[in-house]
Amino acid sequence: MNASKTLVYDGSFNGFLTAVFIGFEQKLTHADIQKQGQLQSGLFAETETIFTNIEKAQRVWNGVRNKSNTAIKNIYFAFLSEQNNMEALIYRYIQKLMGSKYKGATDFSDDGVLKINQLAHKVGREKHRMEAFVRFQLTKDDVYFANIEPDFDVLPLISKHFRNRYADQQWIIYDLKRKYGLFYDLNTVEIISLDLTDIHSNSIEKSSAFTEVEYEYQDLWNNYFKSTTIKSRINNKLHVQHVPKRYWKYLSEKKEAV
Amino acid sequence: MDFNRIKEKLNILADAAKYDVSCSSSGSNRKNKDNGLGDTGNGICHTYTEDGRCVSLLKILLTNHCIFDCAYCVTRKSNDIQRAAFKIQEVVDLTINFYRRNYIEGLFLSSGIFKSADHTMERLIAVAKKLRKEENFNGYIHLKSIPGASDGLMYEAGLYADRLSVNIEIPTISGLKLLAPDKKHEDFIKPMLKVKNEIIRYKEESKIIKSTAKYAPAGQSTQMIVGATGESDKDIMYSATHFYKNYQMKRVYYSGYVPISTDSRLPSLGSEVPMLRENRLYQTDWLLRFYDFSVNEILDRDNPNLDMDIDPKLMWALRNLNHFPVDINKAEPRILARIPGIGMGSVHKIISGRKYRRLSWEHLKKMGIALNRAKYFIICNSSDWERRDLDAVTIKGMILQSQNSKFKNQLSLFN
Repeated sequence: MNASKTLVYDGSFNGFLTAVFIGFEQKLTHADIQKQGQLQSGLFAETETIFTNIEKAQRVWNGVRNKSNTAIKNIYFAFLSEQNNMEALIYRYIQKLMGSKYKGATDFSDDGVLKINQLAHKVGREKHRMEAFVRFQLTKDDVYFANIEPDFDVLPLISKHFRNRYADQQWIIYDLKRKYGLFYDLNTVEIISLDLTDIHSNSIEKSSAFTEVEYEYQDLWNNYFKSTTIKSRINNKLHVQHVPKRYWKYLSEKKEAV
Repeated sequence: MDFNRIKEKLNILADAAKYDVSCSSSGSNRKNKDNGLGDTGNGICHTYTEDGRCVSLLKILLTNHCIFDCAYCVTRKSNDIQRAAFKIQEVVDLTINFYRRNYIEGLFLSSGIFKSADHTMERLIAVAKKLRKEENFNGYIHLKSIPGASDGLMYEAGLYADRLSVNIEIPTISGLKLLAPDKKHEDFIKPMLKVKNEIIRYKEESKIIKSTAKYAPAGQSTQMIVGATGESDKDIMYSATHFYKNYQMKRVYYSGYVPISTDSRLPSLGSEVPMLRENRLYQTDWLLRFYDFSVNEILDRDNPNLDMDIDPKLMWALRNLNHFPVDINKAEPRILARIPGIGMGSVHKIISGRKYRRLSWEHLKKMGIALNRAKYFIICNSSDWERRDLDAVTIKGMILQSQNSKFKNQLSLFN
């Protein structure tokens, strides 16, 4: 029996869950699970390459879900944080959860549990921010287009929200950092990758990719944003706390401030 | 479309609407229908103004022409300001185009009263109806109930709107007489009552017939101006409680009076907006709605005003030291929620965590509990706890020393 081993997976969530399955199967107390291509193996550590197996992934997913719905959400969100070493943290979290005699309860007095909770919370906040801060611009091809650069990989989490809301317009949300996007063509949402020559942020220069009225509406919106401010209550600290500066370049109402 | 003209109107009519603080876009359950546009959910703040308030709805007046002359209101008849009016189609186009770009959750449409209450209400309804019927718009719509509007119109309004609100503005009847002599208290209450009754009727019917249409699914709200008429916190919160109880309000908003007039009945131009007081009132509102407090525990004849130095829960606790200390590892949730420095999130974490082990200071700290306040009121799995028999004044002093208030400027006025 191995106490410790390095498991290498393909970077997908299902791949990761498969690795968790293998870890449990081999009764590893510490599983060092790493993404392919980012491998940092210990000097004497044994490595095993994991082949993604949907069935095994599904079994881990179901096992966790039977214990707690919150836990399964936490695990997926924490995974999308892309944080260093989150794999080991999640592995330990699942170990704790499966070993616990309580169903649904979470041990908030445990450091590891708190850590996963905080990670999931951060990703959740970024998801919510993207639902708020996406700014579509209408292209001449009649597609509403938005660029984002989220701190975490939240596209998979926001897809459903935008699909449900903007069911009668074509839209693209493109993650510049991770170089992939979502395209809704009035029927389904597909994952796309684009060769972007221009970065279509909400910069002051107009881009010929967008319609003329697009800039009229941005102008109206910017005006609205100013008119709705109450001057005698200005509170810039609160403003920046809610709309952190790193998002400003994609918000038309803040483009002059960038 | 003449964008320049629209821009001019938008500036005037958004500026006039901004004193209505409601921005909520949650609480409705409208789903996207037939692959149309929009849905409602938990509400999203799409941006924040430089005064730190959330922007989730396009908040505008249909017009700022008004036949009334309420002293506290910026669009009052006697005020010498630019007037404008939107056409119905213009509001529809703005809403749809802002929504498609993910700027907003929907529309919050209010209006000055032109010609008559019913005439104004009809126009507001016409906008909502057009959005729903012609544009298949399923986003959030908040309409203002115009004081004095007839029952028939209020019925129709609820068929298209998610939320309806009528602002009571002045918490006391005497204050209303002073500042808005041509408005009657009953005019505010009438549409509120009609909407409340319809909401109840629809709820009952939907229990029997699943497919019952929606009627104002996000309920009603109202707003009170704070600091315009010398009212006490007790006046405000008792009035709020009355509306929560008897009209099943979803929300009561408190709006610190922003001086906009030289009228001698009101605080003069340049006086400070009572933001700290507003904040304390919201904290009290939260205690009533989520923390199982009743209003007379916090404010009564002997204590008609909130303490500006400390939050209302701490104020209550200091007046009721006989309830403390509370054992974190044993107390029921309701009691935990009454400890200063412990919010509902922390209550949940404590309940979950203490199943596994008895909790100590270290655990509580990591859960994010504000121990600088809580430590005087609790015992946990540690022999180290506040044993001295401290009185309320001493505890308050020690807590104030340990914290940094965001309202330092307004606080120093009181010290």
